[in-house]
Amino acid sequence: MLLIRCPWCGEREETEFHYGGQAHVAYPADPEALSDQEWAEYLFFRDNPKGAFTERWVHSSGCRRWFNAVRDTATSEFIVEGR
Amino acid sequence: MTHPDHLWRNPDPRPSYDVVIVGAGGHGLATAYYLARNHGITNVAVLEKGWLAGGNMARNTTIIRSNYLWDESAAIYEHALTLWETLSDDLDYDILFSQRGVLNLAHTLQDVRDSVRRVNANKLNGVDGEWLTPEEVAKICPILNVSPDARYPVLGGTWQPRAGIAKHDHVAWAFARQADAYGVDLIQHCEVTGFLRDGDRVVGVETSRGPIRAGRVGLAAAGHSSVLANTVGLRLPVQSHPLQALVSELLEPIHPTVVMSNHVHVYVSQAHKGELVMGAGIDSYNSYGQRGSVHVIEDQMAAALELFPIFAGAHLIRSWGGIVDVTPDASPIIGLTPLENLFVNCGWGTGGFKATPGVGWVFAHTIATGEPHPLNEPFSLERFTTGALIDEHGAAAVAH
Repeated sequence: MLLIRCPWCGEREETEFHYGGQAHVAYPADPEALSDQEWAEYLFFRDNPKGAFTERWVHSSGCRRWFNAVRDTATSEFIVEGR
Repeated sequence: MTHPDHLWRNPDPRPSYDVVIVGAGGHGLATAYYLARNHGITNVAVLEKGWLAGGNMARNTTIIRSNYLWDESAAIYEHALTLWETLSDDLDYDILFSQRGVLNLAHTLQDVRDSVRRVNANKLNGVDGEWLTPEEVAKICPILNVSPDARYPVLGGTWQPRAGIAKHDHVAWAFARQADAYGVDLIQHCEVTGFLRDGDRVVGVETSRGPIRAGRVGLAAAGHSSVLANTVGLRLPVQSHPLQALVSELLEPIHPTVVMSNHVHVYVSQAHKGELVMGAGIDSYNSYGQRGSVHVIEDQMAAALELFPIFAGAHLIRSWGGIVDVTPDASPIIGLTPLENLFVNCGWGTGGFKATPGVGWVFAHTIATGEPHPLNEPFSLERFTTGALIDEHGAAAVAH
C-alpha cells in the first residue's frame, strides 16, 4: 500500500486515490493538423521510465483534486508532490 | 532414476552470434528452440540478466487457453494451444500439461451477452467453447458458489474444455534443455544494457559482460522492453505495472478446473502439488518494483471467497509480483522495428505464459526470415498508427 501525500490533505492511503498516468500530456493545440503518427503518439505512446516519473493522481475519496507527483518507479518512493 | 548433472551448459558469452535473444524467459527460450528446430539457426545466444526463467516465467499463474474474441487473437492463441498439446512429447520432457478446462464466469447481463458472443466467435474460429448455465457450471466445479443469493450471482459461464495449466518451471527447463542440445548458448547473469548500432542497423548488444555482436537481435524482455528500446530511441506503446499472484498451502485435490471471473476479479486453479493459485488484475500505477499493494491482494481474496466459500479455511502462504508491460489494446506487439535487424516481442501484459510455444514459433520465424509470420503480422507496432487495433480487453485485460 502506497502512502501518498496529497498536496492539500496530507498523507493518505493509496486506496483514497486514483492513478492518472503520465503528467503534462497536453491535448493537441491543432488536432486537424496532426499526422497519423502524431495522433498515435498522443493517444497511445507514453513514457515508461525505470526511475523518476512525473505522473498524475486524483484524491478521489478526499478533496477530489488532481495533482502531479514525481515518483521513482523502481522503489515507489515519492520524490515531489505539487499543486 | 539418476538426476542429470545439468539440463544445459553454462557457457561464457562468445564475441559474436548470428542471433541474440534478450531475455531467457519462456518466450526467449521458446524462440531460441524454434530458431534451431524450424530454421536451422543454432549460432544463437539467449542473454538473461538474472537466472533462467526467473522473471515472469516464475511468477505467472500458468493458465493456458485460446478463447479470445477476435480472429487474429484466436489464430495465434489457438496455434499455441495446439503446440501445447504435443509439447511434452516434442521436447521429451513432461511439462505436466493438464487440460482441465477453463470456466470464465458471467455475473451481469452484459457479461452474459459478451460471453455468448465470445463463444460464438470461438466456434467460428474453430476454438472449442460453449455457454453453460449456472447448474452446468456447478456440475463442472461443485465447490463453486452458484447460489442466486450471492452478492454477484453466477449467471453462467463460458467453458473451454481444452484449456488448462502446465508446470511453468518444467516448460522453461524443457525448452532450455532442447535449445542447449542444438548448441544455443544460454547465458545467465548477463544483463543487456543497450544496443550496438551502425546507423539505423542494430549490430549487437552492450552487456554487463561486454559487447556481443549479433546479426539479428530479438527483444523478449517483458516488463523491461521499453527501458531497453529507449536506449536506441525506440518508443513502445507499453506501460509497466506490477501484477500480483499468491498461493495457499498444499491442499488435497479439491478444485477440478480453472475458474476465472472478470467481474469479481479473480482467477483460481489448483497446482499439481496442491496449492491454490490465484491472481487478479494489475496494480494501477507504473512500477518496476516486482511488488504490489496489499489492498489488491485483499480484493482478490474477497472475490475468491465469494466464489469459493470453502476456501475460508485456507491460508495464504506467499504472494509476489511480476512486472508486466501492458499495451493500449491488451494485445501483444510481435514484429519488426524501425531499426534494421532489431525485432521485438513485448506487450503481453498479464497473459504471456499461455502463448509461450506459439510466440516462440512466430518470433523465430520473424527473426529468421526478416518478415512476420502470418500469425503475428496483425500484431505489428504499426497498428497503433494505422488504427488496426486488436481490442482484447474483454477477453484479456483483467483475467489471464
